[in-house]
Amino acid sequence: MEIFYPITPAHYLVLSAVLFGIGVAGVLSRKNLFVALMSLELMLNAVNLSFVTFSRVNGDVTGHVVVLFVVAIAAAEACVGLAIVIALYRLKEKVDLDLFKSLQG
Amino acid sequence: MLEAILFYILAAVLLGMGLLVITRTNPIASALGLVAAFAALAALYALLSASLVAIIQVLVYAGGIMVLMIFVIMLLNLHPDDLKPMKAQGLTVVSALMGALVVLGPVIWVLSPAGSQPPAALTAGFGDIFAVGDKMFTGYLFPFEMLSLVLLTAIVGALVLAKRKL
Repeated sequence: MEIFYPITPAHYLVLSAVLFGIGVAGVLSRKNLFVALMSLELMLNAVNLSFVTFSRVNGDVTGHVVVLFVVAIAAAEACVGLAIVIALYRLKEKVDLDLFKSLQG
Repeated sequence: MLEAILFYILAAVLLGMGLLVITRTNPIASALGLVAAFAALAALYALLSASLVAIIQVLVYAGGIMVLMIFVIMLLNLHPDDLKPMKAQGLTVVSALMGALVVLGPVIWVLSPAGSQPPAALTAGFGDIFAVGDKMFTGYLFPFEMLSLVLLTAIVGALVLAKRKL
């Protein structure tokens, strides 16, 4: 079983791709704002896994620096996103994405 | 061999918890699944000898961002009737998963000759706080400083958005 046994960087990349797909599916199929935000976090983390893998392949820590930047940006995104959720909840007492279609412009 | 066993266990936990996040009706259950997924991801980072990133993943993601998220979910205290289950849009879900694989499949295939080679030999202290800090504060000092501005903007923006009356 050459595909499964020696773990190569390609295994990590496939895992990262599938995790990204799960995140995309969550954003597309869920109407709850919280779950949509959490699926975004999943996608960000899938990309982080790729960065760390490539860093390991090349023996260069630049990928780790980028991951730390992404984590900081994700923290900013979560805090602004949750503030928007609170503002929207005040407006309609619900967190259903279908109710906020007007935000699509 | 040990690496392979750990990899498959962690990958199964990661993907299982990821699916839990997008399928649960209750957002609290989703959030707890996400915490477990982040823990598995941190262990995978450690497996890739990225010790600092693994620790930051647990501290900032599982410890900071998820606490904020659970705090807001509990603050809003949604009524169970308001929670909508996952819509059975099977086509959407399958197409998203397949789309990711189809787009990334060729990329992985191109890379796989490089991927199947043994990775570069690691220098001593690869991925620890000294190596990453050295890189961050020499080559990436300007983006690092810009990040502090982004975080400041996010703080002010979140306050303005969430405050009832300014």
